[in-house]
Amino acid sequence: MTFITELKEQIKTALPDLDMVIGWERGFDPLHATPLFMRKAQDVERLEVGPLAVHNTATYLTGFKGKKVGVVVKGCDSRAVIQLLQEGLIDRENVVIFGFPCQGVVDMVKVQKYLGNTGLVREAQIQDSSLKVKVNGEERDLALKDVLADKCARCRYPNAMLHDHFAGQPIEPHAPEDKYQDVEELESLSLEERFKHWEREMHRCIRCYACRNACPMCVCRDHCVAQSRQPQWLTQDDSVREKWMFQVIHAMHLAGRCVECGECQRACPMDIPILALKRKLNREARDLFNYEAGVDPNETAPLLSFKVEEENINERGW
Amino acid sequence: MSALNQNELRIIGFLCNWCSYGGADTAGVGRFSQPTDLRIIRVPCSGRINPLFIGRALLNGADGVLVSGCHPRDCHYAEGNFYARRRLEMFQRLLSTMGIDPKRFEYTWVSASEGQRWQTVVTKFTEQIHELGPAPRFGAFQDQNPVVETKC
Repeated sequence: MTFITELKEQIKTALPDLDMVIGWERGFDPLHATPLFMRKAQDVERLEVGPLAVHNTATYLTGFKGKKVGVVVKGCDSRAVIQLLQEGLIDRENVVIFGFPCQGVVDMVKVQKYLGNTGLVREAQIQDSSLKVKVNGEERDLALKDVLADKCARCRYPNAMLHDHFAGQPIEPHAPEDKYQDVEELESLSLEERFKHWEREMHRCIRCYACRNACPMCVCRDHCVAQSRQPQWLTQDDSVREKWMFQVIHAMHLAGRCVECGECQRACPMDIPILALKRKLNREARDLFNYEAGVDPNETAPLLSFKVEEENINERGW
Repeated sequence: MSALNQNELRIIGFLCNWCSYGGADTAGVGRFSQPTDLRIIRVPCSGRINPLFIGRALLNGADGVLVSGCHPRDCHYAEGNFYARRRLEMFQRLLSTMGIDPKRFEYTWVSASEGQRWQTVVTKFTEQIHELGPAPRFGAFQDQNPVVETKC
């Protein structure tokens, strides 16, 4: 990864004019990264970029409103930045974007599938196209393509789509188009099976709201309807119904806004596949309004606009 | 106490104050006979209807939800129903992925003078819901699988 030196130089040059730059560093073990907030030049040395840098740095932007913040972004993170700009939730002049070519990020659920519960990993490193992990004194070699997140296999925007600085050379998209295979799979089930599927999945939900907290587009903070008593959308009941209702709320609040960074699903401690619900709505937004979120900062979200004659909505005759 | 007799299902109707509620009133004044499964909630405009109202209703025990507003271009607030149309269409398409039959929810436009049309809409929609029967409920799963394996 030769671009990392270039990236660090770019950040160091820009840092004096910024309050901070958000990136990633090594987390509690070498297999896990954690977000890094670089305020001084020496912090920049801790920056680590690569397939382990899973977090979406754009999630923090709305929390730093009014400050001048730099963000190191993958392709999907940059879409979140674009979407936030489009909705006027952050100001362009207060954000400096550092892009780099992203080869995909590792899905820890997949790593666990191969290695079981790893505990604290002593050694892990990315070499070319494999992930080398030392677990219980044993050297394990995983092919990177086997452990990359699903979103990366279908990624059409591996390079930051909007950037002030770009380190390295832009790379080709990982896939020419998104076929929405996960949504198709879900829809190949019968209605009853789908209902059962969600019941089974949502039964595991512990209502930690990590999905919401990790979501870059969930910007209501303390005013989230999930905790509001007036109006009271959800009760404190731990039933599947309430948990499921929250996911439906989350999906609808993201309708036509979700940039499919997959943070909700990654952050979920119970590994509930909730991204499919949001992707379903995205596919419908594409089919109905020919719209894709987080691509053009000057577009208007489809549900915030209308056409008097809708081309793709069939008026129902009764 | 349930007001339901065996043959009735719970259908919730969200009607806009200016057109459809008036249309339902016209149908009543005209003494058109209608099925009685529908419980009407009057809202200021179809643009007031959050699609999640429908989700909440369906998850909380409604078997069907009907939304009705002014015809496009006839909205009392000029453009409320245009926004509603997009939102409701998106939500209806989400329902099938949720495992709920999208036919349990319909949206349509009825003006205040269309008492006859209102009668048709209510009758047809009620028939449609009766064909589908009661909505699926959560709960069956927990009974069958009391212990669920959790990952650490």
